[in-house]
Amino acid sequence: MSAYLAALFKDIHQKTGLNFVYMYDQFEYRRMIDGVWTSAELIVLCLICSIIFGLVGAAARESKSRILFMIVGAYVEFFRNTPPYVQLLFFYFGIGSVLPQIDMGGYFEPLIGRFGWAVISLSLFGGAFVTEIFRSGIESVPRTMREAAEALGYSRIQTFMHVVLPLALRFCLPALGGILISLLKYTSLAYAIAVPEVTYTSQLIWNDNFNVIEMMITLFIFYNLAVMFFSLLMSSLEKRLALPGYG
Amino acid sequence: MYLQLWRQTHVRFLAHTQEKFVSNKTENAISVLVQWTPFILEGFLLNLVISFLAMTIGTLLGVGLGLMRISRRSYLNNGARIFIQILQNTPWLVILFAVMFLVPSQFKIGGAQIAISGWVQATVGLSLPIVANVAEILRGSVHSIPSAQWEACDSLGFNRRQALSMIILPQCYKRMLPPWMSWYAILTLATPIVAILGVREGLGSAQAAMESAGGKPEYLMPFYGFVMILFFIYIYPIARWTKWLEQRVSQ
Repeated sequence: MSAYLAALFKDIHQKTGLNFVYMYDQFEYRRMIDGVWTSAELIVLCLICSIIFGLVGAAARESKSRILFMIVGAYVEFFRNTPPYVQLLFFYFGIGSVLPQIDMGGYFEPLIGRFGWAVISLSLFGGAFVTEIFRSGIESVPRTMREAAEALGYSRIQTFMHVVLPLALRFCLPALGGILISLLKYTSLAYAIAVPEVTYTSQLIWNDNFNVIEMMITLFIFYNLAVMFFSLLMSSLEKRLALPGYG
Repeated sequence: MYLQLWRQTHVRFLAHTQEKFVSNKTENAISVLVQWTPFILEGFLLNLVISFLAMTIGTLLGVGLGLMRISRRSYLNNGARIFIQILQNTPWLVILFAVMFLVPSQFKIGGAQIAISGWVQATVGLSLPIVANVAEILRGSVHSIPSAQWEACDSLGFNRRQALSMIILPQCYKRMLPPWMSWYAILTLATPIVAILGVREGLGSAQAAMESAGGKPEYLMPFYGFVMILFFIYIYPIARWTKWLEQRVSQ
């Protein structure tokens, strides 16, 4: 099957000049697959960490401690109103240069590498938006539910975990899906700190083979497929979690 | 076993943090930053110009695309839908790359040769996602108009074009304003991306300033922090105003 595809694309290259190198050249194929895989890892890690930061942030906004409320408020406002690209550079170059370096024998390697900083920076950025989404979801849970839980003897944390959070999740799922898709697209910024994800790898390939347009088409296809797959995932999740007769 | 590993790889701090004059270095970095502030502010002005132009172009074209999207002719509707989907699903950086490679940097009209500088290409590139999103905003707000309005237009004998231009769209403008402003904020926060492509705007100026001042690592945090604060000072009031507008519109 792959031999057939390779022959097909080589044929297309000879007949029309459209050069999809990574389809018939083993080296470029390996590079492309590595790039796609790194991109997929980056996307999955960023989405999961954003949701975790968002949950922590939303829970902190719910808490009675005034200091926690203000710290999380400052975090959300800062990360929402500053450019994500500059945040990434600040984390990787700025903070990365003052962290300790590990002696590897002949050279020194920084404690957190490019991929790590990309995940940290993008997750903090996404977490700020997800915090707001979860907060709006939590606020839209009717107060009657909380009062009913209190009447049944649930503690504050128990109410939050067993009553408020499941309902809030179902209310905010559409908006959450939109934000996560937006974050998926922002992961391409990791290109700027030379994380070898699909945009960076495509550039390496088109630098070697001068097939910019074909690699651009590939990039468009990759991101469109990724977003469509994720949208499908979110809508099937919405259907599964839908409460019968509620909204 | 882990203790052995720990003994084998010892951790070393960068040389400059071992010195006792840490605060002196930071003070020095801040004074260098103050020296370069006018230069960085000029670059930030270019950021604002890019955002205004991209928003203007994007809004004008986006309204046109949005009208195609709500058209009843299926070729216009579906064509617009595919175009909007592609533009909405692709990262802004990839769209920018595509535009930078595809838009020529100079072309001839008649006998004159016109050069298009990098930031103009970048502005066109940044306006494309805005086109798609303004089209979606228009579609969303037209759909949010109660169907009673359409039925009233029908009963009064308006054709579709008259109904849209005289009755429906004027009601939409107020509803479109908060999401439109929100997209302006997102666009402005995305303008530093053009620094990847070599345009000397706010972030590019800060990076050039750091290089000119010697490229020392202690400059990194103050300079990048300053660029972030600039954007924060500009965007935070806009974000608050958008929230206030949203509450006003939803009444």
